[in-house]
Amino acid sequence: MKWTNPLALFRRKERESEDTVRTVVSNLLYEHLKKKEQPNRQYKGNAVKTTKYTPWSFLIVNLWEQFHRVANIYFLGIVILNFIPVMNAFHPGVAIIPLCVILALTAIKDAWEDIRRFQTDRKLNNLPCLIYSRKTKSFEEKHWKDLHVGDFVKVLSNEVIPADILLLHTSDPNGVCHIETANLDGETNLKQRKVVPGFFNPNSPFEPRHFRGAVVCEKPNSDLNHFKGYIEKDDQNKTGFGVESLLLRGSTARNTDESAGIVVYAGHETKSMLNNSGPRYKRSKLERMMNSDVILCVLLLFGLCLVGAIGHSIWLETFQSIPQYFIPDNNGQYTSSILAGFYMFFTMIILLQVLIPISLYVSIELVKMGQVFFITQDIDLYDEKQDTRIQCRSFNITEDLGQIQYVFSDKTGTLTENKMVFRRCSVRGTEFSHAENAVRLAVLSETESEEEFILFQQQHKASPLFPDDQTESRRQSTRANVSRSRVTVTKPSDRAFSSPLETDVAPDQKLQQVLRGASLAEDESGYYLDFFLALAICNTVVVSKAPAHRRKAEERPSNSKKQMTNDLPDVFSGEDMTNICTDQGVVTPNPGQTQKTQLGCLVHYESQSPDEAALVHAAKAYGFTLAERTPDQVAVRLPSGQMLSFQVLDILAFDAKRKRMSVLVRHPHSREIVMYTKGADSAIMDLLEQPLLEKQVKCNTQQQLDQYARDGLRTLCFAKRILSQKEYEDWSKKRQEAISAIDQREQLLMDTTVFLETKFTLLGATGIEDRLQENVPETIQALREAGIQVWVLTGDKPETAVNIAYSCKLLDHRDLLFTLNAHNKAMCNSTLNNHLEEVKRYGPPERSEEIGLVIDGRTLGLVMDEDLRSKFVELCKHCRSVLCCRVTPLQKSEVVKLVRDKLGVMTLSIGDGANDVNMIRAADVGVGISGQEGMQAVMASDFAISRFKHLSKLLLVHGHWCYNRLSNMIVYFFYKNLAYVNLLFCYQFFCGFSGTAMIDHWIMIFFNLFFTSAPPIMFGIMDKTLSAETLLCMPVLYKSGQHSEGYKRRTFWIAMLDAFYQSLVCFFIPYWTYQGSDIDIFTFGTPINTASFFTITLHLAIEIQSWTVVHWVIMLGSVLVYFIMTLVFSALCVSCNPPANPYWIMQQQMNDPVFYLVCILTVAVALLPRYIVHALRGTNAESLHLWARKVDRLAPPERQQWIREWKSLWHPSVSGQTGRPTPPLSSDPISLEPDSPFSDRRL
Amino acid sequence: MMASSYNAKEEDGHHSGSVGPGGAGAVKSRKPDNTAFKQQRLPAWQPILTAGTVLPAFFVIGLIFIPIGIGLFVTSNNIKEFEIDYTGMDPDSPCNMCINSTTPCRCSIPFTLEQPFENNVFMYYGLSNFYQNHRRYVKSRDDSQLNGDKSSLLYPSKECEPYRTRNGLPVAPCGAIANSLFNDTLELIYYYPNKSSMSIPLVKTGIAWWTDTHVKFRNPGGNNNLTAAFKGTTKPENWQNPVYELDPTNPENNGFVNEDFIVWMRTAALPTFRKLYRIIQKKKDNLTPTLPPGNYTLEITYNYPVISFDGHKRMILSTISWMGGKNPFLGIAYITVGSVCFFLGVVLLIIHHKFGNRNNNADIPN
Repeated sequence: MKWTNPLALFRRKERESEDTVRTVVSNLLYEHLKKKEQPNRQYKGNAVKTTKYTPWSFLIVNLWEQFHRVANIYFLGIVILNFIPVMNAFHPGVAIIPLCVILALTAIKDAWEDIRRFQTDRKLNNLPCLIYSRKTKSFEEKHWKDLHVGDFVKVLSNEVIPADILLLHTSDPNGVCHIETANLDGETNLKQRKVVPGFFNPNSPFEPRHFRGAVVCEKPNSDLNHFKGYIEKDDQNKTGFGVESLLLRGSTARNTDESAGIVVYAGHETKSMLNNSGPRYKRSKLERMMNSDVILCVLLLFGLCLVGAIGHSIWLETFQSIPQYFIPDNNGQYTSSILAGFYMFFTMIILLQVLIPISLYVSIELVKMGQVFFITQDIDLYDEKQDTRIQCRSFNITEDLGQIQYVFSDKTGTLTENKMVFRRCSVRGTEFSHAENAVRLAVLSETESEEEFILFQQQHKASPLFPDDQTESRRQSTRANVSRSRVTVTKPSDRAFSSPLETDVAPDQKLQQVLRGASLAEDESGYYLDFFLALAICNTVVVSKAPAHRRKAEERPSNSKKQMTNDLPDVFSGEDMTNICTDQGVVTPNPGQTQKTQLGCLVHYESQSPDEAALVHAAKAYGFTLAERTPDQVAVRLPSGQMLSFQVLDILAFDAKRKRMSVLVRHPHSREIVMYTKGADSAIMDLLEQPLLEKQVKCNTQQQLDQYARDGLRTLCFAKRILSQKEYEDWSKKRQEAISAIDQREQLLMDTTVFLETKFTLLGATGIEDRLQENVPETIQALREAGIQVWVLTGDKPETAVNIAYSCKLLDHRDLLFTLNAHNKAMCNSTLNNHLEEVKRYGPPERSEEIGLVIDGRTLGLVMDEDLRSKFVELCKHCRSVLCCRVTPLQKSEVVKLVRDKLGVMTLSIGDGANDVNMIRAADVGVGISGQEGMQAVMASDFAISRFKHLSKLLLVHGHWCYNRLSNMIVYFFYKNLAYVNLLFCYQFFCGFSGTAMIDHWIMIFFNLFFTSAPPIMFGIMDKTLSAETLLCMPVLYKSGQHSEGYKRRTFWIAMLDAFYQSLVCFFIPYWTYQGSDIDIFTFGTPINTASFFTITLHLAIEIQSWTVVHWVIMLGSVLVYFIMTLVFSALCVSCNPPANPYWIMQQQMNDPVFYLVCILTVAVALLPRYIVHALRGTNAESLHLWARKVDRLAPPERQQWIREWKSLWHPSVSGQTGRPTPPLSSDPISLEPDSPFSDRRL
Repeated sequence: MMASSYNAKEEDGHHSGSVGPGGAGAVKSRKPDNTAFKQQRLPAWQPILTAGTVLPAFFVIGLIFIPIGIGLFVTSNNIKEFEIDYTGMDPDSPCNMCINSTTPCRCSIPFTLEQPFENNVFMYYGLSNFYQNHRRYVKSRDDSQLNGDKSSLLYPSKECEPYRTRNGLPVAPCGAIANSLFNDTLELIYYYPNKSSMSIPLVKTGIAWWTDTHVKFRNPGGNNNLTAAFKGTTKPENWQNPVYELDPTNPENNGFVNEDFIVWMRTAALPTFRKLYRIIQKKKDNLTPTLPPGNYTLEITYNYPVISFDGHKRMILSTISWMGGKNPFLGIAYITVGSVCFFLGVVLLIIHHKFGNRNNNADIPN
């Protein structure tokens, strides 16, 4: 279906014909030349154009594109057939009308989409950037579109990079520049880019005019991680550079005040644009099934036409001589019966073409638009805080929402808020529960919403260029990213601020008392000081002074604080008070005061992970303020106001194997060499020194850690070790050797690290909470009840993931938990086999509700191998929930693809960050969570919601509705077309298979276009089998969609049989009534048409489950339209409609009582079977669905009582699992029960 | 310096934001309207079809349909109809000699009416196996020519081919339907019991739809001087007389507005059909039946060949009721359907009593 512009193909070829390198020289040298003669002019400019059409080419290109659809070609074929004389079409011109209608509707839609694209392009092209101008000898502000290859550009901090730029200068003293490429590859950590060697001169300002070299680099390609080339200077010297010197378009400059360089690729040739592979055309499962039935319809049509053709031949053969009603051709010859039969085949196709429900495609599009409208209008899916509605970015897969079997969810930011909050700590085995902090958090989380709401209002004002990026419908990622980043550019304060939730910690009273006493430096309390020093020092948090423009932004009222953090370790910034703004080191426990003192603060923390920032903030709360960090030194302000500057000797960075990091510092006073270490408890506890006293401490701490973990907190252990000068020197020597080693450098380094990290003294432990979003456990529970398997894929550690899984009820403490953690394939295989064995003892997959599986990324990589795949999938089928930890974005998508393809199930991915994009794209339905993160996930998604809890209403209610509505409508369309076409076919038996229609051609077209089109569309948009409340209370009802119960092959055939029966009735009752009389063709056709109209309409009336005012209006309106239009048409058209003429026929018939009698009888007989079957089914009421419908009609309190009763009968586990009686149901289950898993923990 | 310019830019953004299109969006919340329609909470009637709810419908249908059916049946039975096949396929038939005759041939068939026919009696000719509904046949006409359009008279529609022109002249009326106009002449002679005979007056007009004779069919240039109006045209091949001589006695019934012609042009829906030929008006005194029982003779001028398509020609005499001609089907169908519905109503009643109560309790299904 994807179609590329032929012009683009041509351009691509043109590009290929050039040689393999690109040479870029400075434009400044050639500015005097004419545009065409400038050496860089052959390269593309930076303006991007993603529109498909131009105003003048729209018609042709759009038509060309539309005729790539099989349906339209079929339609065109029919139209052409109409114009062939031997086909004896009645009104060739009329046949064009439906095609034109369909083409016009689609064209309007395409035009609208293209205009949106155009607008986005224009916004993007007009973004400002700083380009060096030779005239003014300075950087001037111009637009992105004005940028050309060879121009010099300056990029300021937090600005989006406008093109692929070779870095030649930065303001950083080390010649580096940081960029964040989350928009491109989903990696949210900062990447360092270096100035091309030899060009860095920190002392002088960058002077582009002096750049004389020629940049020789690769042709544009889409590889983000690869780039190489060299600069050839005048003196033939070549300086090589790689990707580490390239600033990529779409990424954001961070932490570097300004950087400058020369543009090497611009516009469509930039790596990000080349990576931009357009939207994936998605076709829903229902539509796939439907298409196969359309093929059945084609076969049926051919069958009917064949019968017609053969029948006609045989009929012709029965005549010995030529009757006077046979018409010779112009030469007086009669066509032979075989040839006539052959022609008749095509005439029949013209006659019976309606059987292929072309109108179905248009109707489906309309219905989906309507469904999308209602989904977006849902107030329950509206997020007050962010002022965002749900966005439906894919219009054509709404019904897939009703068939989801597997949900793959990201954890951080999706299930959780992605706001790290320091919750409690333990020092030397003594627990400090931070009850005050808990209370404060409880209060804050309530007030926060209001505060943030105001904030958002301000933000909308502040971002004029993207006032509506939530509704931004573009899927092309880069573009979107830029828009997101642009938001950042216009409001740099966003990232600088952090919610008070995280930055302020209300200190524990007891701990503070202990600390005050600690200044006496007694032996025991020394540990407390050490503990807080470890919190403050043992990290990689960077303290940076806010750049000037930030300072300005911060002068805004402090309630406009807002954090935007990322999923993966990211720049986590929070403003902070330091010695610059206040000398008062004592922290006030009152958060309000803290906020006030923050005004005008000029220093903020940037850290790789939000956890570290949370810890630094916690230390700060107790007065241990991290004031400065340079590669050699770290300064901490003590509660006393005294500044301690530690000399940093070494930093042993975190790695997944050790699961800990250490900082080696020299104490300024004691000159002692201290190593502070933090890490997972498993990575530290075994390395402790073990005096008798320590044992008790360790034991207590471990207990507390376990408790933290049970509460779903992220735990960290802190320890220290004091090294003697000699020990350090010995080690340092080894370390140097390791660093300079050539072979096995990594291994040696690791050995030295491990060698040092031992004999720890335990300082304490911390518990950090990544708060769950509201109602996450309830949502997961509901999805689970709906028969949806929920998988969580996270980049986090297994421990954390498991904790979160427990707290969001994904796992239960009584569950059997399998862990897959293998180092090699053989081990993996055997573990898999063991687990499979064990699992099988628990019974078939459907019943094993108690099994969870935890697998880590490495093992996942192993099981993805071809031979282990099926075993893994088999095991997963048995598991109620699966947790994949430490997975990469790519693995996420692989898992989704594996499950989707191997199990053939409908999958949904939900995520919020750029790292979820792959997964979102891979799934049948991608859901992005908007708000906290950038727009990356949203742009890749089909639906964007703002909270995880919205998923339950989206799936259970809207999915259910959309699926049922659409499947019913499709079945009805097939039915309708066959029922009508079969009437015409029946008549062929009485007109010598000559292809005559007893219904006027116009009336036939009206029939599809006006009389019977609105009711099914309304049915598809508005019919409601069950109320939202019931669907939410009884998620089990969702299962019907999962099993495709609304639309099965059987449903199709039953509908077809019914259509066949009804059309026989509609034809033969009038036939027998008028048999042998003087009735003429159209007078005979009128009661048939009318009876058929009523049958088809009332058939729908039987199917409609809830009649609202709209239903009544449309149904009655259709009837009215039918009579008015037929009457008017047959009154006006005296000879306007050659050769057939329905003049005054309707009027004549409506004067005849027999007409009414025939119609009534026909309709009654035609609908009798369906009516009875429905009644019998309703009486029996065995299906849950029908039961629910009955319950649905009751008054709310009564209904809830019934549902409660039903739940207690069939889902005793539901109440059992939660360990409390079934919650009282309110009318709105989404807002129901704000029973956060934290409620019990807060106190 | 750089920083300040950047700030200026930012400020610009703020300003334009408050006045530009973004400003409107910022002021207005995107919160959806909480209306019943948008939230899909419109009050709705949710019928659930169960035996209990539908059985009244069945009884009502039964109770209404059965009387209607009886009424229809009785009405249909009261209609008197007499039919005579004069094709002459049977060698004993008087018209047998005319079957292969190429010249106009007269034959007469005697028949007896057992029962008197009262009120207006309609006389039909019936053809069987004549596919007036053949696609190409149906198309082969020019409605605007028939509507008196002068240009169409001289340049008939292409649909009329190959009956569009003859000998270089346009055919009026053109097309196959007109060309195959039924041209047998039927007359009825009544034999009084005293053996004297009387030709029964047959009315030629009023047999076509009023709208056809007055709106749809018109002579070019009105009904006067048809000969001149049809100048430059030629008669259809099979016709004996040109169109302006279809009924020379009555200018209102001549040319395109000739009702025999109009009736023929209204193509029959089914291959076996009848077409109204003449009306025998009831006697003015209302005392004697229109057609008293007795002996009659049907005098036929046998022109129309039907042997080529194995067809039959009939003459039908029929009285008529509000429901048209005789057709017992509708009455029987109504009675049958009514009875079936009534029976189903009873069955549903039983079902309702057996199972219906159960679901009132909203039993929890498994």
